Amino acid sequence: MDRQAFFQVLTQRRQRAASGPMTLNPYSGPWTETQAIHLLRRTTFGFAPDQVDTFVQAGMQAAVDQILDVSGPAPSPPVNVYSTTAEPDPDCAYGTTWVNAPFNLALPPQYFQARTDTLKAWWAGQMLQGDLNIKQKMTLFWHNHFAVEADTVQIAQVMYYYLAALQANCLGNFKGLTKTMTLDLAMLRYLNGYLNSKSQPDENYGRELQELFTVGKGPGSKYTEDDVKAAARVLTGHRINPFTAPLSYYFDFTQHDTGNKTFSSFYGNTTITGKAGTAGANEVDDLLNMIFNTNEVSLHLCRKIYQFFIYYEITPDIEANIIEPLAQIFKSGNYEIKPVMETLLKSEHFYDALSMGCVIKSPLDFVGSLVRQFKGVFPSPVPDPLPLYLTWGVLASAAASAGQNLLDPPVVAGWPAWYQSPLFHRVWINSDTMASRLILINSITGAGYNLNGILLKLDPIPFAEALPDASDPNVLVEDTIIQLFGLPISQATKDYYKSFLVQGLGDAYWTAQWFAYVGNPNDPTAKNAVTTRLNAMLREMMVQAEYHLS
Amino acid sequence: MKRRKFLKAVAPVAIMPSLIDKLSFKAFPSPDILRGLTNSEIPNDHVLVMIFLNGGNDGLNTVVPLDQMSNLANARGNILLPEGQLHKIVDKQIGLHPALGGFKTLYDEDKLQIVQSVGYPQPNFSHFRSTDIWASGSDADQYLDSGWIGRFLETNFPGYPNGYPNPDNPDPLAIQLGSNMPLLFQGDSAQMAFNVSSPDIFNVNVDPTSDPAPNTPAGEELTYIRTITGQINDYAEQIVSAYIQGSNAYSGYPAEGTNYLADELKAVARLIKGGLKTRIYMVSLYGFDTHAEQVVAGNTGTGVHATLLKFLNDAVFSFQRDLEQLGEADRVLGMTFSEFGRRVISNGSVGTDHGAAAPLFLFGNKVQPGVLGNNPVIPSGANVDDNLPMQYDFRSVYASVLSKWFCMDAMTTDDILLQPFQDLPVIKDTCSVSFDPLDPTGGELKVDVYPNPMVDRVQVQVVSPGGYSRLEFFDPLGRVVQTRNLGTVARGTYTYDLYNEGYSPGSYYVRVQCGSHQQVKLIQIVR
Repeated sequence: MDRQAFFQVLTQRRQRAASGPMTLNPYSGPWTETQAIHLLRRTTFGFAPDQVDTFVQAGMQAAVDQILDVSGPAPSPPVNVYSTTAEPDPDCAYGTTWVNAPFNLALPPQYFQARTDTLKAWWAGQMLQGDLNIKQKMTLFWHNHFAVEADTVQIAQVMYYYLAALQANCLGNFKGLTKTMTLDLAMLRYLNGYLNSKSQPDENYGRELQELFTVGKGPGSKYTEDDVKAAARVLTGHRINPFTAPLSYYFDFTQHDTGNKTFSSFYGNTTITGKAGTAGANEVDDLLNMIFNTNEVSLHLCRKIYQFFIYYEITPDIEANIIEPLAQIFKSGNYEIKPVMETLLKSEHFYDALSMGCVIKSPLDFVGSLVRQFKGVFPSPVPDPLPLYLTWGVLASAAASAGQNLLDPPVVAGWPAWYQSPLFHRVWINSDTMASRLILINSITGAGYNLNGILLKLDPIPFAEALPDASDPNVLVEDTIIQLFGLPISQATKDYYKSFLVQGLGDAYWTAQWFAYVGNPNDPTAKNAVTTRLNAMLREMMVQAEYHLS
Repeated sequence: MKRRKFLKAVAPVAIMPSLIDKLSFKAFPSPDILRGLTNSEIPNDHVLVMIFLNGGNDGLNTVVPLDQMSNLANARGNILLPEGQLHKIVDKQIGLHPALGGFKTLYDEDKLQIVQSVGYPQPNFSHFRSTDIWASGSDADQYLDSGWIGRFLETNFPGYPNGYPNPDNPDPLAIQLGSNMPLLFQGDSAQMAFNVSSPDIFNVNVDPTSDPAPNTPAGEELTYIRTITGQINDYAEQIVSAYIQGSNAYSGYPAEGTNYLADELKAVARLIKGGLKTRIYMVSLYGFDTHAEQVVAGNTGTGVHATLLKFLNDAVFSFQRDLEQLGEADRVLGMTFSEFGRRVISNGSVGTDHGAAAPLFLFGNKVQPGVLGNNPVIPSGANVDDNLPMQYDFRSVYASVLSKWFCMDAMTTDDILLQPFQDLPVIKDTCSVSFDPLDPTGGELKVDVYPNPMVDRVQVQVVSPGGYSRLEFFDPLGRVVQTRNLGTVARGTYTYDLYNEGYSPGSYYVRVQCGSHQQVKLIQIVR
């Protein structure tokens, strides 16, 4: 028996022990906090107890519909909060947006990075403060799928267009999104499409388009190295115009390879007829039509959606009973994303107990849950937006130091947590990143997390007040566990958590403290007494492994 | 249980069928028992430092084949390095990049091995796929879920992380500094790496609760996170104490904060000096994906690639000098690697696209110095797709490290690499300790066994001069049936118990090695 065979035996043993309902049939079981919290955990970046109540009241259908309603208006674009009177940004005044600025080499060099930093903060802000729906998490899914690194692109404007396109199309049409991304300025720059020419074809995008973005590397995907070369030739001539404001796309037909491009039997030996002049740009459509004609696109995407939203392990059962039917819905629905997500989020399989609590929170999930669960209060953007951007930025940096730097994934394949077998999301957790999570927890529940002049401190009172009964320490511990953890906790451990509230003095002691605060919420002594005890308990819960599961 | 352990355990069965029943219950001992039996099989205190050149290093501008200059000028004229600036190794017809002066010095001091054109058949040009191939040690068309270092460590430290740390293995087995390549350190079942990139881990104190993990996917993930949290608690203190006890000796390191690779290697040197028993260190230098502006046009000895190689040069040279002055250089081997080289032909953006085979460096006091392989041949009319053919499979380098540096036997090496690979003469043989039971010589080392003959148990008393020590039990055919790594011990007297694990009666040998001393005692097993 070789190593691999041995390993497979081990994993299969566990799967058999743990297989639940594997169907996409509509879920019709109980709809309680447990199910509503599961839905919210997997589709948002955190939620407060009163929001959970709303979702429980709504019932499953309406709850999922609300999660999938991303029709709210887009926020105004990120602004200049970095320039000084002594050194203004020549393209935009302080407090106004830079996204329409031209590519200006006279820009003070540090402002190139400063713009990107405000963009990262701005997106983190939407995760942390935006409407409670799937929009930002779905956008993160697409950012991870169509990965682009700001650090490579270096032009914040095009990174903004890229992100705005992902947000606007997050539940739209995948084929349309693929075309948008193919001609996207950030993508053209990131994967050298803007250098791809008939005399010196650059295979970078032609390769990733197939390997990562569409047909993937699944067992049925049989595209060839020659298909990569042929796709690269199809994609010649797409260019970035840096001299317009905003920067723009154009097609340079003199750089386009007008010869015919023939593909392998995987693509039915298709020949894409070379087109001269501006019509050459339309070969992109021929290419995408050919690629999207295969079954592999929908299979590849449904596997990635499954791994992102449910669990990384795709067993033969799941492939047959979840992935394949979902892929059929996707392909026959002409690659509309929303019906796929709706089917999945309303399915029996999604609400199976075995699908719950088994995803390790990404750093952004972790930071988001800290902020949203406890109703973190943000500075107002007026009169000066800087404090708000700094606060968003501190939280984005916290996620970055835990291993997830928004808009700068490590490679074109995205974050390893979503592709690297066999660890998958365990990649988020190593001694380094776990330590940085624990430090953040220790700080915000204690003296505060201090970065760039921003001090983040957890105020646990709004959270406790949103629970049914914070005066009874047993009920409080019970309800906090439901909000924070997805796993059952023993009575002994509950008592351990409670000990941080009652401190060996009996339940009545806490109840008296709480009522002392409720009766006089402005008394700093009373408030301090419950705050420190609540924080001590929350700290103890949040450093546990359970808190890092979703 | 590893296949090799299993085979070792059942080996006597083949010649003594009567023992099958006796041995069968031992086929799958619990990890604790297994560890007690075998402990680490690595018979020395050697350390491997791996330096990943992330992005695909341009080999042809790193080790320039001087006999190919005119064809190189045709193929990559816009990035061709000025011949006058190269550090030439004349008899090998190669020139090292202008930034690699320190490497040239190490070469002249017989501390550098340059392996030409390392790669694998059917090269893959995707960064992450090719990185996975290098990390896992797979064939180009084979998808493995474990890494070669992960398998190596798991073979030698079975059961990890359960039962670790322990008195024999108090420290992380492998440390990644500023680097994150989990696949490389993934064993068949455990992740073997400990990551240290910030001081955060030294400021964490967690009391994990211990509700049982359910037998579900969620339970598995829960256990994983708990394990990592526990390791932070366990290992951080060890690292701090090694760091405090350690020191650096070389004064010529780049100023701190100016070369992160040098900063990381400096920390590694200090931890090694401080006695940390970690076997593998991994660091990364990022930015080798030089599609554009690899060099400054018109001044090709400068630019992005030159800056990166200068980082590498200064870091490696300082590290080696430091280890020499610290007296640790004999037990540290360094190795560079990168997911691929770059195309022969440069592109229009003064850069190079993804390629295939490229040179690899090994450095240290114990490398077999020199240049292995021939200069790559550059075609006169190079085509845009042309890539260099490999001369050496990258797994041959791994095989040499495993067999010559960590002294894995041939079967173990094959097992870790999943197939046999040619051993390359790139590391001096540090493993062959001739074992002749009839000529047991030993200096200050004194070994006694009692009782002799033995039935179930024998006590081995060792009067040790100190040093890295190991105890082995040989069967009548000269095969090792038990190994105990004793770690580095102080001068003194020690007693160890060995048990009869169902061996047939006959003449056995106990061999004890302490540093360079060894002693062998004959012992009879009777019923």
